[in-house]
Amino acid sequence: MVDRILNRSHAAEAQADNVTAAVWAHVQQARNLKRPHTLELLKAMADEFIELHGDRLFGDDSAIVAGLARIAGRRLVVIGFQKGQDTEENIRRNFGLPHPEGYRKAMRVMDLAERYAMPVLTFVDVQGAFPGAAAEERGIAEAIAKSVGLMTRLRTPIVVVITGEGGSGGALGLAVGDVVLALENSIYSVISPEGCATILWRSAEQSQLAAVAMKVTAGEQHELGIVDAVIPEPGEGAHTDPAEAARLISEAVIEQLDALGRIPLDELVEARFQRYRAYGPFTVADRSAAPPERIGIADRLRGLLAGRANMPAFPGTRRGGSSGHEEE
Amino acid sequence: MPVRLPFRPRRDTYPPDLWTKCPGCSEMLFNKQLEKTLRVCPHCGHHFRISAKSRIEQLVDNGSFVERDDDLQPVDPLGFVDLKSYPDRLVAAQLATGLRDAAVWGLATMGGKPVSMCVMDFGFIGGSMGAVVGEKVARAGEAALAERIPLIIVSSSGGARMQEGTYSLMQLVKTMGVVERVRAACVPFISVLTDPTTGGVFASFAVVGDVNIAEPNALIKFAGDRVSAGTIGDELPAGYARAEFWFSHGFVDRIVTRAHLRDEIIALLGFLAAPPVAGVGEPVGGTGSRPRSLLSALTGVLVGENGDSRNGDSRNGGRGGETNGSRGEATRG
Repeated sequence: MVDRILNRSHAAEAQADNVTAAVWAHVQQARNLKRPHTLELLKAMADEFIELHGDRLFGDDSAIVAGLARIAGRRLVVIGFQKGQDTEENIRRNFGLPHPEGYRKAMRVMDLAERYAMPVLTFVDVQGAFPGAAAEERGIAEAIAKSVGLMTRLRTPIVVVITGEGGSGGALGLAVGDVVLALENSIYSVISPEGCATILWRSAEQSQLAAVAMKVTAGEQHELGIVDAVIPEPGEGAHTDPAEAARLISEAVIEQLDALGRIPLDELVEARFQRYRAYGPFTVADRSAAPPERIGIADRLRGLLAGRANMPAFPGTRRGGSSGHEEE
Repeated sequence: MPVRLPFRPRRDTYPPDLWTKCPGCSEMLFNKQLEKTLRVCPHCGHHFRISAKSRIEQLVDNGSFVERDDDLQPVDPLGFVDLKSYPDRLVAAQLATGLRDAAVWGLATMGGKPVSMCVMDFGFIGGSMGAVVGEKVARAGEAALAERIPLIIVSSSGGARMQEGTYSLMQLVKTMGVVERVRAACVPFISVLTDPTTGGVFASFAVVGDVNIAEPNALIKFAGDRVSAGTIGDELPAGYARAEFWFSHGFVDRIVTRAHLRDEIIALLGFLAAPPVAGVGEPVGGTGSRPRSLLSALTGVLVGENGDSRNGDSRNGGRGGETNGSRGEATRG
């Protein structure tokens, strides 16, 4: 409106606004509480599910569920985040924000998977780990680190499906796999858009811009090579037809498990390690071009006067040798 | 005759290149004196943050550090722009620190023993971990594995680097993958947590050292301040998430002052040594890695391991960091 009065509505700006709005709608969609979570999906997908409880150390976390499932005749270990669909369940599930016990339960059950030769399937939908003092002092950081570490070396196939929010380290604690799939309307990010905006824009108001800048949508994460394939959602989104969403997920997961099952375990674990070892592009700089030592203002002025601006060259476009993965 | 001012100058207006005000006790400290005390306040013991270069100089045998991969250069994979563009932030940080990214790794000796060391620099975009930092940590770990020498990582980081998006998140997996291999191969890994060690760095390699050492009062936590205090509304107690908090909760073995850090690590390396490949699991020189024999070997130096890294330390009374060694000037030449 203001733009129109001031007569500065440019096509480019309008387009940028559209993109921001579309990305933000996508984020809201990913967070829709009516979306099916782990238990709802299992109800539709699994012929049989036996939930296992407790981390054998402190307690049972209700925000992460784990157990043994039979899907299309296959024995699987399934672990996933569980948000509630209404207020009452949400309170019981701690709004889907896990404590360390959740990740420790997950590790315990992954160990079962390895010993009894069952593949692991995880469903990721979490805003982040519970950020309060209770989680912190019981070692949420240690629990996530250990879980990530275990998943890098677990000797059984792991398929990860991001079903809603893939939020930060809390999500990563269950999101290391041989194959990472994502539902069409899901998001994956290193920090919540709100957190990112608070830190970099110094205002939570700019969450929408942060969401665009971090390329959080499933499609963008697929382009970056973080997600291997995007699973389409029925109709207006998974919540409109959970049964169909579960069928589509089931189909994609079974196809991946069949492929992974044919790979010898040693090769599988090595390939998984190498996949994550390769993430993150960088370049190898030309040694002479960059600042060898701290350059003071006087040196820079002197350099300027002498006609050789001693500024460091900024990164070229060539990517590092070990960055093959994201160049799909 | 000195000029007499009609008023006392405000303490804050001392020239900053000569004096530093201690945030712990508000004492004005003469910078040259501060350098001599390894940037620790002689009055209240406040540990100032130090650069990666100074940290390395303080820890390793004089002149033994050989930097590796100093030519790794970050890129901007997302085309990230917030209030400034990511490339602008990188150039500003590079000019300010003289580093290409927030970590330095290389090979050195400590007390004559070779080590692989990676040190993070908080001055470079908050020591945040993007692809280059993750790569350097991973390469330091791989060098330790290949040479079967101890891995020492000194963390000082705000966490994952948001500007590199999920690629930074993947650095947690990359580094943990390597650390798991180091662990499986019985290669020692000493993690030093300094102020601050937060977010994704704390939630990956920093927390899983064979021995975790922290500097006094270092801020160590996973969730950001605003998140814990704001969204959840928990009242955060004083001293929350400081080194002493982690010591009493059993996640840090020892709290060691900067002056003793080098000796402490050297003492630990006297016990933790990678067995030769052929005899993995066999004790070396009668000490090995079994707690019993380790304890029985404790005669001259007291290196106890407090805390079991999970359920809290039952011996909260005994503070860590009581090894009384001097700085071992002899070995430093």
